[in-house]
Amino acid sequence: MATTHTRNAARLMMAPSVIMLLLWMLVPLSMTLYFSFLRYNLLMPGTESFAGFMNYRFFLTDPAFFQAIGNTLILVGGVLFATVVGGIGLALLLDQPMFGQGIVRILVIAPFFVMPTVSALVWKNMLMNPVNGLFAWVANTLGFQPIDFLSSFPLSSISVIIAWEWLPFATLILLTSLQSLSEEQREAAEMDGANAFARLIYIILPHMARAITVVILIETIFLLSVFAEILVTTNGGPGTQSTNLTYLVYMQALLQFDVGGASAGGIVAVILANIVAIFLIRMIGKNLED
Amino acid sequence: MARQVSTQKKVAYTAIAWIIGLIIFFPILWTVLTSFKTEGEAIATPPSFLFFHWTLENYVEVQARSDYFHHFWNSVAISFGSTLFGLIVSVPAAWAMAFSPTKRTKDVLLWMLSTKMLPAVGVLVPIYIIFRDFGLLDTRIGLIVVMMLINLPIMVWMLYTYFKEIPGEILEAARMDGATLGKELIYVLTPMAIPGIASTLLLNVILSWNEAFWTLNLTASKAAPLTAFIASYSSPEGLFYAKLSAASTMAIAPIVILGWFSQKQLVRGLTFGAVK
Repeated sequence: MATTHTRNAARLMMAPSVIMLLLWMLVPLSMTLYFSFLRYNLLMPGTESFAGFMNYRFFLTDPAFFQAIGNTLILVGGVLFATVVGGIGLALLLDQPMFGQGIVRILVIAPFFVMPTVSALVWKNMLMNPVNGLFAWVANTLGFQPIDFLSSFPLSSISVIIAWEWLPFATLILLTSLQSLSEEQREAAEMDGANAFARLIYIILPHMARAITVVILIETIFLLSVFAEILVTTNGGPGTQSTNLTYLVYMQALLQFDVGGASAGGIVAVILANIVAIFLIRMIGKNLED
Repeated sequence: MARQVSTQKKVAYTAIAWIIGLIIFFPILWTVLTSFKTEGEAIATPPSFLFFHWTLENYVEVQARSDYFHHFWNSVAISFGSTLFGLIVSVPAAWAMAFSPTKRTKDVLLWMLSTKMLPAVGVLVPIYIIFRDFGLLDTRIGLIVVMMLINLPIMVWMLYTYFKEIPGEILEAARMDGATLGKELIYVLTPMAIPGIASTLLLNVILSWNEAFWTLNLTASKAAPLTAFIASYSSPEGLFYAKLSAASTMAIAPIVILGWFSQKQLVRGLTFGAVK
C-alpha cells in the first residue's frame, strides 16, 4: 500500500512530464483556435481583426481543400492497403524456415530507418527520373516509353515511396505478433486436417487481428501528417494534384503567410486526426487492463 | 522452431525471401553504390552495378562544398540532446506510474498518448510565431525542446512498460531490509532499469534523427540537421546524383545500423506496448 509520503513523491516525479505536455498541448492549440477566428496575415502585422467563421468558410469552400482531403484519403488508404497486405504476406514468408533469415529480416526492415527526405529524393531522382532514373532505363531496355512518374502520376508515385517506407513497420509488427502464436495450436489444427488456407483464415489471421488493427491505427496517425516526401518531390503539384491537408496548411501558413486560414485548416486536421485517435486510444486502454 | 520441413521447401522459401528482401533493400543499395561513382557514371546508360571506377571523391566534395559535418553535428546534438532531456523528465514519471500507481495512472498515460496524436500541422502556426518572437527559429535549442516534447509520450510509455516488468517484490524486500527511497533507487532499481532506459534512448534517437516536419519548418541553415540539409538537394543544378548519394549514405548509415539493433524495442515503443 502506498503511503501518503510515497504518493506525494510520485506526484512530484510525474509533475514535470505532465506540466510540460499540458503546456505543449494547451498553449499552441488554443492559439491556433484563436487565430482561426482572426483576419491575420504575417506580412501585415498589426492589422489583425476578428473574422468570425470567415477563415473556415474560405478554407472549407476552397476547391484545393476538397482535393487535399481527397488526396489525403487516397494516400492514407492506398498506403494502408499496400503495407497491411504486403506486411501480412512478408510476415508469413519470414516466419518460414529458411537460410539466412536474420539477414533477410534486416534487408526488409532497413527502409524504415531511412529519413523521409532521403527516401523521397532517392526515389525521385535515381529511380523515377524519366531521363536518368533506373526505371527509365528498364523501360527503354524492354522497349517501352519511359514514364515521368512524378508529373504523370504524382499522388500514386508518392504513395509508392511512402508505402516503401512503411512496409517494414507493418512487417515487423505483424511478424512479432505471428511469432507469439503457439506452435501447439498450429500443430493441433494441422492434425485435425486443416489445410494451409484454412489455417490462415481460422487460426493465423484471427491471432494477428489485434496487431493488424494497431498497425492500421498507428500508420493512419503518421500518414495523415505526411509532409517531407511531398515537399521534396512535387511541392504538392502539378497544381494541387499531390497536395494533402498537411501540405495545404503549410502552404497557407509559411508560403502565403495567412495565419487565420492556416489555423482554420490546422483545426480541421486536428479534428480528423482525433477521430482516428479515439479508436486507437480506446484499444490501447483496453490492453492496459489485461 | 521444431517444425519439420523438407530441404526442398526450405530452399524455395529461402530463394523467394531473398529475392523480395533484395528488391526492398535495392534503393538503399543503389544509393550506396552510386555514392562511389563519378557523376558521369552515376547516370551512365546502361547503369553499371559493380564494375565502375570506385572513388571517394563525392564524400570529399560534399564535405568541402556544403560543410556536411556541421549538419551532422546538428543532427547528433538535436537527437541526443532531446533524448537525454526527455529521459531526465520521463524516467521519474514512468517510475512513479509503474511503482505507485493510483486510480488515475491509466488516464494520465492515455492522456499523454493523446498528445502524440495531435497532428503537427495543427500547431505549426503558433509554434512558428512563438519561435520567431523568442528568436528560436533556426536554433538547436529550439528544436531540442520541440523534439523532446513530441517524443515525451513515447518515452514515458516505453519506460512504463519496461518498469512494469520489474517485480515489485524485489522493492518490498529492499524496503524490509531498511533501504531508503534513495538507496532503493540507486542499488535496486537502476541496474534493473538500465536495459529499458537504453532501449528507450535508442528508439528516440532514431525517431528524432529522422523527424522531418519540424526540422524542415523551423530551421534554415545554421541549425539545420541532416533531414533539412538533404532536402536542399531537391532543387539543384547540373549533375549531382553521386553527391546526393554520398550525402544520403552518410546521413542514413548510422541510424540504419542502430535501427537493426533495435527491432524489438521498436515494436514495443511504437505500438505503446499493444504488441510485444
